[in-house]
Amino acid sequence: MNQLSIRGVSRTFTGTRGQTTQALLPIDFEVRENDFVTILGPSGCGKSTLLRIVAGLDYPTEGRVLLDGQTVEGPGADRGVVFQSYTLFPWLTIAQNIRFGLRERGMSEADQKERSDFFIAKVGLRGFENHFPKQLSGGMQQRTAIARALANDPKMLLLDEPFGALDNQTRVLMQELLLGIWESARKTVLFVTHDIDEAIFMANRVAVFSARPGRIKTEIPVDFGHPRHYTIKTSPEFMDIKARLTEEIRAESMAAAEH
Amino acid sequence: MSATPVMHSSTPAVSAAPAVPQAPRRRRALAPLEPVGARARWLLGVGFFVLFVAVWGFFTLGGFVSPTFLASPVTMVKEAVLLFTEYNFSHDIGMTVWRVFGGFVLATVVSVPLGIAMGTWKSVEAFFEPFVSFCRYLPASAFIPLLILWAGIGETQKLLVIFIGSVFQITLMVAVTVGSARRDLVEAAYTLGANSRGIVLRVLIPGAAPGIAETLRLVLGWAWTYVIVAELIGSSSGIGHMITDSQALLNTGQIIFGIIVIGIIGLISDFAFKALNRRLFAWSTL
Repeated sequence: MNQLSIRGVSRTFTGTRGQTTQALLPIDFEVRENDFVTILGPSGCGKSTLLRIVAGLDYPTEGRVLLDGQTVEGPGADRGVVFQSYTLFPWLTIAQNIRFGLRERGMSEADQKERSDFFIAKVGLRGFENHFPKQLSGGMQQRTAIARALANDPKMLLLDEPFGALDNQTRVLMQELLLGIWESARKTVLFVTHDIDEAIFMANRVAVFSARPGRIKTEIPVDFGHPRHYTIKTSPEFMDIKARLTEEIRAESMAAAEH
Repeated sequence: MSATPVMHSSTPAVSAAPAVPQAPRRRRALAPLEPVGARARWLLGVGFFVLFVAVWGFFTLGGFVSPTFLASPVTMVKEAVLLFTEYNFSHDIGMTVWRVFGGFVLATVVSVPLGIAMGTWKSVEAFFEPFVSFCRYLPASAFIPLLILWAGIGETQKLLVIFIGSVFQITLMVAVTVGSARRDLVEAAYTLGANSRGIVLRVLIPGAAPGIAETLRLVLGWAWTYVIVAELIGSSSGIGHMITDSQALLNTGQIIFGIIVIGIIGLISDFAFKALNRRLFAWSTL
């Protein structure tokens, strides 16, 4: 069943002097329940804009986004978002950050604690409950952000290059952590990235974005089973997909560079 | 400058034993942005006060300046003792402190909520901002004659001077602090299910709180300068009143002591405020 339907969504930005920039051409895209889809594209192609529209933080110029048949009108707790920038509340501890959405919902203290303890353990941050975000490394902060989004039990998880600011080793470990969480507790995930390896390793399906104005150029299924081990990254099948995606992205990056 | 820092001045000590290679000694005390040790910082800070008093003493005690115009440090200390023992100066100090804090608290109660509202809602800002910006440039001391007409020469007038001097400044600075909240944090809060009320109470206000506290500390410092002006005119108590009286008696020792007392109280309240802010908002200085 399709949980998310993106129907004819386009986005045009209007500048201060009335000039317009088309960021997204009309896009039609469907995501099934509990699917893990990555959106891969060169920087500035509009893939983040599409994610922000799904999140309700931006709105489409034309078309609409449906979540379980309901039109998305704005941001809400049913779509958890993890951003590339570190968006933990610096005045709250790690545990308080994870409880933020639960508190907004008016959940009892005991239930809040139970849920936050569960997700703190899940992302491996036990012992850091009372630390402030600035006392943690970037990877730990993003783990907290994932736990904060998941604690709210959203229908979908939207991730906008969440590991983009991390060093390579940390990034690889974070990919495995997120994939492990997805494998144990299925959730619909839309994951935006410009990293080809990341796009393939995480996804059941990779949607490749064109250069601006963005549209979905092609979709490539990734048929590795679950649970996935990091060693699949060196398998011939992985390499085949990677070679194909590299060509696709290269063409788009060059098109973007010419503009 | 005779003692220019030379980086390689220390000749390496030649010893028989194969010495553990030592880190090269760095003598760069005067290099730009080079940190200075805690002890050296303290000594340098006190040093200037000592120098200042020494120069003051040299010119006054040495007879280079007429005592009518400038009292010597010794005279000032004698006058200070007299002020406390004979003229009940503690009462003046108490009055001044109460006026500053009274006016300042009144201004805070009005301006912090208004500033938060202006920073949060752009329509509220559009409504108040031009007027408040205009008022900010009105000198508080110029209102004193008007305030005396309206409120007499009692305490109300003194509090109002502090109030007028502080309220517009705090309002604008709080509005800017709240308005410059991180948009990504607001967006994150929305995606976690926060409504407008949640955004204001649990994102904008806690995020701006350290900046607001810092604004209050700054403006409290300015309030000290307004209170003396208010007390110079139409007053029967307070440090400013003592200074006016002393001027009539050509008692420069008392005037200087009054000024120093204001400085000391200002410094103490500033330190206390700073310590409180650091304690309340430990997260912001991590």
